[in-house]
Amino acid sequence: MDLSINPILLVASLMVASTPILLAAIGELVVEKAGVLNLGVEGMMIVGAICGFAIAVETGSPAVGFVAAALGGAVLSMLFGFLTQYLLSNQVATGLALTLFGLGLSSLMGQSYVGVKPPSTPKLDIPILSDLPVVGPMIFSHDLMVYISLAIIVAVWAFLKYTRGGLILRAVGESHDAAHALGYNVIFVRLGAIAFGGACAGLGGAYLSLVRVPQWTEGMTAGAGWIALAIVVFASWRAGRVLLGAYLFGGITVLQLNLQAAGVAIPVELLSMSPYLITILVLVIISSDRNRAALNAPASLGRAFHASH
Amino acid sequence: MKKRTFLLAGAAVAALATSAFADGHAPLKVGFIYVGPVGDGGWTYEHNQGRLAVEEHFGDKVETVFQENVPEGADAERAMTQMALQGADLIFTTSFGYMDPTIAVAAKFPDVKFEHATGYKRADNVSTYSARFYEGRAIQGHIAGSMTKTNKIGYIASFPIPEVIRGINSAYLHASKVNPDVEFSVVWAYTWFDPAKEADAAKALIENGADVILQHTDSTAPQAAAADAGDVVTFGQASDMGEYAPFPRVSSIIDDWAPYYIQRVQAVMDGSWASVDTWDGIGPGMVGIGEISDAVPANVKVEAEALRDAIAAGEYHPFTGPINKQDGSVWLADGEVADDGTLAGMNFYVEGMAGEIPN
Repeated sequence: MDLSINPILLVASLMVASTPILLAAIGELVVEKAGVLNLGVEGMMIVGAICGFAIAVETGSPAVGFVAAALGGAVLSMLFGFLTQYLLSNQVATGLALTLFGLGLSSLMGQSYVGVKPPSTPKLDIPILSDLPVVGPMIFSHDLMVYISLAIIVAVWAFLKYTRGGLILRAVGESHDAAHALGYNVIFVRLGAIAFGGACAGLGGAYLSLVRVPQWTEGMTAGAGWIALAIVVFASWRAGRVLLGAYLFGGITVLQLNLQAAGVAIPVELLSMSPYLITILVLVIISSDRNRAALNAPASLGRAFHASH
Repeated sequence: MKKRTFLLAGAAVAALATSAFADGHAPLKVGFIYVGPVGDGGWTYEHNQGRLAVEEHFGDKVETVFQENVPEGADAERAMTQMALQGADLIFTTSFGYMDPTIAVAAKFPDVKFEHATGYKRADNVSTYSARFYEGRAIQGHIAGSMTKTNKIGYIASFPIPEVIRGINSAYLHASKVNPDVEFSVVWAYTWFDPAKEADAAKALIENGADVILQHTDSTAPQAAAADAGDVVTFGQASDMGEYAPFPRVSSIIDDWAPYYIQRVQAVMDGSWASVDTWDGIGPGMVGIGEISDAVPANVKVEAEALRDAIAAGEYHPFTGPINKQDGSVWLADGEVADDGTLAGMNFYVEGMAGEIPN
């Protein structure tokens, strides 16, 4: 048995493989922190994937494509926002419907983009850092989106923890009645969170269609949105743990494929279930040390808000 | 009361639907259950082309319905039941994992005809049909073995079922025939369709030194990964995947279901439908070999085409002895040809393959 896996390439592809779920999960975290459960992540991702792909192909610029993907995801999420926040529809049912709608809409939009090759997203060449041995090719020579996704994680963490806005968002998620009584516009805050979640999901989808795969295929998210939703729960609604969960999941997915390709004598059944097992295990263990895990769930999660006065 | 009225109405509609069919005036309703989206560019795409061919051939004498992205397992049973309740007279279930659900649902609807692709369980109202993809794999193996420079060939496999294992064995036998040093590394993706995972698997194989990638999954993602890598050869799977020709895609296996679907729909119309097992290859046209591009050296192309013609004419069988099993025991003696029973249930690698087949 020869262990010919190159750790440098492995870490590099780990970061690429994890970025779509990382983006979708961090967006959903903000949505849930505001007390809204949007199960339409999969639908927003795939609409982002085709929006980003189509615009990148038409304009020749992946950057414009990513912006369009964020917009597309946000616009779709506003449909969910309107239905759940103004018409007070059931969030679970509406979220599921959004996924189905997104899958259908994206295949309609993507009719003429099957088999088209997108413009390639350039990899950054950071002076000095990219030239470092080992660490350079491993961490410092990705495309910009990888770093943007990491920046979003840090920004969300800091926003929720240190800013007044973050406090209001959490208040809305914990007790919308109290927040409303204090004079905060619950629906406005929630719509903002939903739009952010949609934009992040859209970016994650576009990362799939523009960088990771890169092509447009119907239904190409193939369940990534559901993984993102699960990661938010297992990360007990903490930004840092979302990063850990997404990188673990993506990393082990890539690792197990590499182990198989290298012909390592570990049963394939074990390898292919390992991403799910290990991610769940690690996140359960780190959130079990204090009995607070259950308390981490926003108290108003999934409950409709109606200002009666 | 309301509920009862609704039920009665439902029963009336159902009775109407069956009697309408008995008259022979209403169009024959043909259903299709797909494992992926119709735009996957591979397996499901070709089944859908078959469906469209049925529509075109019979015009308003048929009505077709289909459901995409039906997971293999319990949910498939629901989808089939729903289709049968909607009045489908003939249902094609187009993936191996629908085998048990098809048998279960068929038992509940004895008047509906079922056709299950690539399985081996039949009933009075369940036929099975499949294509001898391993014939196409032999040609791919020949080209792959001739073209590899690193002597490492990557194979993205889906599920450890006989059809996939046959393909691996056939490709390996013909690759090692032209290049005894060739090594196969197989990655089991445990999915038919997941572009991101297929792309990751292709990249993992390429990083491990493979310069030819064969795939038994349905999307074109591995083609894109190979195109990205630059010097990696691929083959179209299930569909031509011609948008990646002439390189990396140098040839392909194309499934052509249309003639079979038209023939079976006709049989239901004539009342001559019976449960059968159909397994056709290159000869009858169910398996097509996509154009071998100019990226393949001219002599290899000539050899591959000769191989194709010999298989089509029935002069050569890809599993002709002497062939040993992986453990060294004799499977086929010199000149012996594999029987269909063993091929249909193939659960072993041939000699020279590394690794184990997962259970």
